[in-house]
Amino acid sequence: MELTAKLVNLQKHYDLGTVVVKALRGVSLDIPSGDFLAIMGSSGSGKSTMLNLLGGLDRPTSGEYYLRGQNVALLSDDELSAIRNGLIGFIFQSFNLVAQYSVLENIAVPLLYRPGYPPVSSEDEDRCNEMAKMVGLGDRTDHRPYQLSGGQQQRVAIARALINDPAIIMADEPTGNLDSKTGEEILGMLTMLNQEGRTIIMVTHEDEVAEKAKNQIFMRDGLIAGTGIFKG
Amino acid sequence: MYHLFRTIRLAVKSLLLHKLRSGLTMLGIVFGVFSVIAMLAIGEGASKQAQEQVLLLGANNIIVVSKKPPEDSGSSGSGGSVLRYGLTHEDFLILDRTVPRLEGIVPVREVVLNVRNRDHEMNSRIVGCTTEYQEMNHLELSMGRFLSEQDLVNLTNVVVIASETAESLFPLENPLNKSVQIGNRAYRVIGVTKERTASAAIGGSLSGQDYNKDIYMPLDTFQSRINTKNIIVKRGQGAFSAVSVVYDQITLKIDHPKIVDEPEIIIATAEMVRETMDAKHAVARDVDVIVPLELLKQAEQLRNIFNVVLGSIAGISLLVGGIGIMNIMLATVTERTREIGVRRALGARRIDITQQFLIETIVLSGIGGLVGMGLGLTTPAAFEAIKYVVTNYILESGGATSEMTNMFLTMTPQIAIWSLPVAFGFSVLTGLVFGVYPARSAARLDPIEALRHE
Repeated sequence: MELTAKLVNLQKHYDLGTVVVKALRGVSLDIPSGDFLAIMGSSGSGKSTMLNLLGGLDRPTSGEYYLRGQNVALLSDDELSAIRNGLIGFIFQSFNLVAQYSVLENIAVPLLYRPGYPPVSSEDEDRCNEMAKMVGLGDRTDHRPYQLSGGQQQRVAIARALINDPAIIMADEPTGNLDSKTGEEILGMLTMLNQEGRTIIMVTHEDEVAEKAKNQIFMRDGLIAGTGIFKG
Repeated sequence: MYHLFRTIRLAVKSLLLHKLRSGLTMLGIVFGVFSVIAMLAIGEGASKQAQEQVLLLGANNIIVVSKKPPEDSGSSGSGGSVLRYGLTHEDFLILDRTVPRLEGIVPVREVVLNVRNRDHEMNSRIVGCTTEYQEMNHLELSMGRFLSEQDLVNLTNVVVIASETAESLFPLENPLNKSVQIGNRAYRVIGVTKERTASAAIGGSLSGQDYNKDIYMPLDTFQSRINTKNIIVKRGQGAFSAVSVVYDQITLKIDHPKIVDEPEIIIATAEMVRETMDAKHAVARDVDVIVPLELLKQAEQLRNIFNVVLGSIAGISLLVGGIGIMNIMLATVTERTREIGVRRALGARRIDITQQFLIETIVLSGIGGLVGMGLGLTTPAAFEAIKYVVTNYILESGGATSEMTNMFLTMTPQIAIWSLPVAFGFSVLTGLVFGVYPARSAARLDPIEALRHE
């Protein structure tokens, strides 16, 4: 089975001057390609730190993290940026759209940072429109984020995450700010993307959300405490 | 190139998000650039005015003038109540004989007298001069001719009158061959000069001259008919005063075609003239030697000083504008920390973030610079408006005006073309300099921290 990510005794410590916070205390995990993994846990359990490391936003203090066979700890800041740009798509709890941009321009943001800065071609623009249509916002491409509902904003974020056709989607509490019906729609989209063959890694603290994933891990005190869903 | 264009377009978009804020920030640069251009234009105008004045005196000339000795020198000479001073015919002869490369020498005696044509009368400066006076003072004729050698030799009673004199004395008729009355004698008008710009006072040693109210007369005619026995008696306020001056001014024209390349020759000759005059007039201190070329150099120095001083003052406002920009950009970076985090998560490298904020600052200061340039171009018009207000509401009509006021009123700001790109360049540079710090602090943000920022 091909692995998308492999963690070996991964540790992440934050030096706060007086104390050293050990956010991750030795996590080992294999994430196969095509997985839909939910990372669960209460706040402070280390699940967000884990997602940051997996997403290439941060580097581990010790241990190894192989992303598609590449040791992330050895990559430069610019190389990490390139990975985030091309290999990973991010979806955030609070959508994080650029306020001054239209829907279409928001979807195009990752295109601005492609390695070598190829110009945004008319095919690229067509693709942005296609993406907007796919997430059901084909008629609102000129709207600004404040003119959209939360669910619509999250759809824009999904389109943005997909524009560079990444193999992995990282979702940090994607339904946290949405009502349950809208949340289900978004989860449905993630499931669909997973069925297309993309690896989805999602952080959540809600069991109902985690249930939609193929696999679940439960974190506590910087360690993986178990797999599957713990009821109650 | 395309990438840069796109970045600029997105920068404009970000700036338009806060139109008022961007506009107010820009104002600092707008006025900075405007004041740089305006200050330099005023400095340039003042120096150009001074240069023109000096050039009208003739760069090849050395002017020796009689001046009323200071009261304490006690050398009013013999002659009782007659004040005797200044250049003599002997001085003229010495200068004529000793000054090398002399191309022309024009002695002048002048006095302001009442002149009339039947019931039209005015006070006019009567100038006794030779034929060369016309060329040396750049006088052009609108009709008739100037004084000739024949007029000088024959002591003819003829005059050439200036444009305003002609208008006052002959409002409705052609003055040519008519006569004007000066004292108790009549003189035939043989020519009328065109209007000529007045020369301003220079360095306090040469008083300003308004050539348009003059009357020119052959020197020898003047000396025998008006300056009789070299004494002119005038009725002043309640008392008579008598002065005895042979010549008011002797202008020496030096033959030297390469004046610009070798100004030393004029300077050296002037030094010689000074020594010659000092030998006779050092005690009385009643003669001054004026060298327009020296004045020209002084005027150039003055311009440089003006440019540096005014430019620095204006530069300070540009600096203040830059600090304003930095302040706002730092606030913007804090405000947009989350956006920075998002961009980093979506693949922006540090350099991309630096570039984004730097370009936003440069666009801001660049547009400010352009607007400032536009405002700067209105400097002459704005200056005219100020002049209008000053003449109509501040200066009392008919009141005495100082040299400074005159200089102000006759000056036109000259926009130095070079100052436009320079001022614009400085505005962009200001944006660059003051944008680096905010842009770098934006790029240095930790993406995770930035994403967590509320």
